[in-house]
Amino acid sequence: MLAPVTTEVRPGRRRRTAGSTSATQRSIYPSWFYLPAAALYLVFFAVPTFASFYFSLTRWTLFDTEFIGLENYVQFFSEPQLLQGFVNTLVYGFVTSGAKVVLGLALAVLLTSQLVGRGYLRSVVFFPVLVSTIGVGITFKALLDPFDGVVNTMLAAFGIDGPGWFTDPDQALLTIAAVDVWKGLGIATLIYIAGIVAIPQEYYEAARVDGASRWQQFRSITLPLVQPATATVIILSLIGGLRSFDLIWATTGGGPGFTSDVIGSVIYKQYQAGFYGLSTAGNVILFLVVTAVMVPISILLNRKEVDR
Amino acid sequence: MRRAGSWIAGLVAVLASVVVFLVPFVFIFLTAAKDPADASRLEFSWPRSWAFGENLTEVLTTRDGIVVRAFVNSAVLTVVSVVIMVILAAMVGYLLQRRRSRLNPIVNFFVLAGLIVPPAVVPTIWVLQRLGLFKTMPGLILIEATFGLSFCILLFRAFVATIPRELDEAAIIDGAGPLRLFFAVILPLLRPVIITVVVVQAVTVFNDFTNPLYFLPGDENATVQLTLYNFQSQMVSQFNLLFMDILLITIPPLVMYIFFNRQIVAGMTSGAVKG
Repeated sequence: MLAPVTTEVRPGRRRRTAGSTSATQRSIYPSWFYLPAAALYLVFFAVPTFASFYFSLTRWTLFDTEFIGLENYVQFFSEPQLLQGFVNTLVYGFVTSGAKVVLGLALAVLLTSQLVGRGYLRSVVFFPVLVSTIGVGITFKALLDPFDGVVNTMLAAFGIDGPGWFTDPDQALLTIAAVDVWKGLGIATLIYIAGIVAIPQEYYEAARVDGASRWQQFRSITLPLVQPATATVIILSLIGGLRSFDLIWATTGGGPGFTSDVIGSVIYKQYQAGFYGLSTAGNVILFLVVTAVMVPISILLNRKEVDR
Repeated sequence: MRRAGSWIAGLVAVLASVVVFLVPFVFIFLTAAKDPADASRLEFSWPRSWAFGENLTEVLTTRDGIVVRAFVNSAVLTVVSVVIMVILAAMVGYLLQRRRSRLNPIVNFFVLAGLIVPPAVVPTIWVLQRLGLFKTMPGLILIEATFGLSFCILLFRAFVATIPRELDEAAIIDGAGPLRLFFAVILPLLRPVIITVVVVQAVTVFNDFTNPLYFLPGDENATVQLTLYNFQSQMVSQFNLLFMDILLITIPPLVMYIFFNRQIVAGMTSGAVKG
């Protein structure tokens, strides 16, 4: 999902009107404006989320529940194939997020410089963002087919024996991660471009006058000043990466074996198999993983910003 | 000297982008135009015989036009859920920015939670089943609208801050009630951010696979993403039709992109760099 991390713009105007009494505020801005959204949120998001904590402790068939304590969690962490999904989720999240930060920043620097074909490049990098994930998955499955695929045919022409990509247990997860980066790189690049464009040109001019090299300019001006953009890219891509399911499901279905399973696909598999309690436990674990990763990272990123 | 360097760098970048980003799309297009035998070789080559029209008709007529039905379903899903999302989120974003109350921190917390917390799948199905909405289009519409709320609220809240409060006061003095104030004065002023939200969310909902898979499963009443996924196993030997379907469902987001390029860009970066 796309989600900018927005901070409220507080105009100075607000202070002037702060004197208006809360009674008039109440009549102009009635609280019931919250109600329709709150109702949807409560029924379709909050209730299921809270219910998941209870249902994850049960053996559940949708019709009746049997309380079994932490058994689902024990099972989750004792069965190697489920545990694999847990590890893979973290690997996938951090690999895709890291790659998007590095490549996104590099592309953004390139695309904000005086470059031939800049407009074309910006559109082309962004376009995969708009294409359906399932379509991308099917396309890359064909392109990366170990025998007939375009990529391996090309590699063979250079005398290189191409890997099995999606069919190789050691590479399946990283191949999917690479496709994920290909598809999501446009957003990271875009955020970085906006960040770089916002840096005042005077800084670069002053640095050039002082004889700073391109690399020094990047290192001491661009890098520190795009930090808010970096924070956004990391947070967005981690949220997306840890929750990922559809690309994996469209390409390998978690295979070969369980080597590319993530928590998202485990949840679906257990749901399909009718183990609703176990599936919900997977959901709670995913919730805990996302929170455990996101909370310290956002605190860290925000503190860095304040320090400057 | 510097100019020559930028020319070379630009050329290299353009060439690399063609290989990395354009080849997959050209591959989709070419494969969609091949005959079945040609397509099954998965080669990146010019079609031996140009069967674009035939493939198109065949995809559209397979199984009594299931693709057409899926397109109608996806259109209804996208339009209705985005309308609901926009109106409800605009109301929340507006109130959140305008009125200071003890509720604000709580609302802000829930908005952020809605962005980060992964939805609990089976409990959601349980709720939908209790309400009689499981496997129904209205159920999926409400789900999509709910899951998109947080993102929209953040954008609206940031944008409302740029609308002067004096306008509210003037409207109230002129005798407008809170509803008129919001729908007749504020909402029209939100136009730029509404366009952003509509485009971004329309693309997201249209391309969504996971939620239809869970909450509107089945083959008959499916959305475009679900039919594409099902085709993958049904059309093993007909890559030409499979890729024609991919091509077809890429067109709506592409059209959106061509018309609203700037808004998409603005929306995805808004707030991101203000820090």
